[in-house]
Amino acid sequence: MAYQKTHCVLFYLFFLDSKKGEDNMRKFIVGRVLSIIPVLIIVSIVIFSVVHLTPGDPAASILGDEATVEDIAALRARMGLDKPVVEQYFIWIGNIFHGDFGMSVAGNETVSSMISSHWEPTISLTIFSTIVALCLAIPLGIIAAKKKGTAVDSTVSAISLAGISLPSFLLGLFLMMVFAVKLKWLPVSGYKSMSDGFIPHIRSLILPGVALGFMHSALLMRMTKASMLEVLNSDYIKMAKAKGVKEFFLIAKHAFRNALIPVITTIGQSIVGALAGAAVVEYMFAIPGMGQLMVNSIGRRDYYVIQAIVLIIACINVFINLMVDLLYGIADPRVRLG
Amino acid sequence: MTAMTKTMRMDSPFTKEMDGSLKEVRDRLLKEQRELQLHKFLRNKLSVFGFVIVVTMLALAILAPVLAQCDPLALDMKVRLKGPSAAHWFGTDSMGRDLFARVLYGARISMFVGFTVGITSGFLGMMLGLYATTNKYLDNILMRFCDGLKAIPSTLLAITLMTVLGADIKNVIIALTIVNTPSMARLARGSALVAREQTYVEAMRCLGASKTRILWNHIAPNILSPIIVQMTFVFASSIITEAALSFLGAGVPAPAPSWGNILNEGKNVIYNAWWMIVFPGAFTALSVLGLNLLGDGIRDVLDPLSK
Repeated sequence: MAYQKTHCVLFYLFFLDSKKGEDNMRKFIVGRVLSIIPVLIIVSIVIFSVVHLTPGDPAASILGDEATVEDIAALRARMGLDKPVVEQYFIWIGNIFHGDFGMSVAGNETVSSMISSHWEPTISLTIFSTIVALCLAIPLGIIAAKKKGTAVDSTVSAISLAGISLPSFLLGLFLMMVFAVKLKWLPVSGYKSMSDGFIPHIRSLILPGVALGFMHSALLMRMTKASMLEVLNSDYIKMAKAKGVKEFFLIAKHAFRNALIPVITTIGQSIVGALAGAAVVEYMFAIPGMGQLMVNSIGRRDYYVIQAIVLIIACINVFINLMVDLLYGIADPRVRLG
Repeated sequence: MTAMTKTMRMDSPFTKEMDGSLKEVRDRLLKEQRELQLHKFLRNKLSVFGFVIVVTMLALAILAPVLAQCDPLALDMKVRLKGPSAAHWFGTDSMGRDLFARVLYGARISMFVGFTVGITSGFLGMMLGLYATTNKYLDNILMRFCDGLKAIPSTLLAITLMTVLGADIKNVIIALTIVNTPSMARLARGSALVAREQTYVEAMRCLGASKTRILWNHIAPNILSPIIVQMTFVFASSIITEAALSFLGAGVPAPAPSWGNILNEGKNVIYNAWWMIVFPGAFTALSVLGLNLLGDGIRDVLDPLSK
């Protein structure tokens, strides 16, 4: 009875306030979308100044110790380093809006063409590792919440602690040693794209994907458990239990849907974490993605490539955070009012 | 106003006496609180375990020259890639260097980098966060800047900074400090904003204490708890990031025995030398685990509400 009554009251409030609610919603969305503009500007300034305002001349360090003064001056002119810093920044930003990230220092390729030939493995790896993280974290988090205080709960806590303490490159090395070198179940390194067949593609992603996903699953697990516990202790669950709702439906239908809301935030973070962590894991497993491109550019001091990749991933981060906040606002009216 | 309060406090024998007994009471309460916190910390087995690991690691790092009989850089081509034995407890690497010595000296690098980054970013973050609360414009600029820095994933920012600065242990510390300071500043600012509204700060303001005095003598000690907890976690994450950077060849330069360097060499000989990965890997994971457990323990004691 009380359960239905709550629904009626919510229904009533919703219709009474629908006009006002819509206004609030619009205000919330517009405000949140506009708020990313200063962040994006600061991000671009930070990335620009890291490369351009540090002591030492990038042109000189690219050419090495044996370069003549004329060579350095010529490269400076080509890179536009002889112009005032502020002008350089606006030229850089203007070019980015045209999809031009500059020329790679080492090869005769544009940075954008280098990135466009490297993005696909990174996206595959990110998606796969996020799926791994979700498949591990959500069931374990729910079980731990349901069996709180038992051995199952402590095992799950131990797993999540291990995940937080094992950096992805370390786990990757251990996995590589056990499953690829000793047991020979999976390839040691290398990447097969989707066009080489689905099974080889997945086989080449399992080790790096688990290495990347495990760490994020630890955070997701903690979040799922905490959020599930909160929901399981709420009145409406007790009510549903009293009404005799079956255990499975209680968890799957009544509790999980509400417990999922805070988990969404963590999923966003783990996608970004996978994109960023790909640098180390791709280097280790010889996957020709954006991370490997970035690591290879460290040795060449290919600033433009690094600048471009960091900027792209930072922007993806900002947009994912925006999406998460908007979803959150849609799912939970309290957020957009507060 | 200030002068009057001061003379009142100085002249009245009553306040003097009260001051004396109040001080006694305060000292006793503080002592009791400390004992209680210690008791609470010791009761939690996991945090004691973490504490033991961290102390052991620090001891190994400090005593490395005594414990390791070999020079971590001494080459010996006769014993290349030999497994663990009585002469070389952890085996040798592809250039015949003693792995036990290298792992212990690696603990020195990791502990030094992690500790320094924890302290410097904690101190810088606290300064920035505290001063941000004094001025609205400064606050706006600093916090927008921190948001921008935080939007860049920390590993990527660290890699970029290391590429520009060049691989060197000093630069690793600088880069990791830059990466970790924004979240410290945000934390300090948030805690300071709460502390500022407390009655004791208002009381100090009424007594005529200067802004700097309130900020450093009264607000700063009260926001220390979350900062100390965060410093432990920064210590842990700096160990990970330093190892990752060295692993990629962008951290501590090659011949130096950093854990990341050893692991990178280990990756190349993964087919025939498991000890090159297992020992430095276990040390890295154990230190991070210990610091995380210790951090959780300290948080439960100092800052029980912020879980």
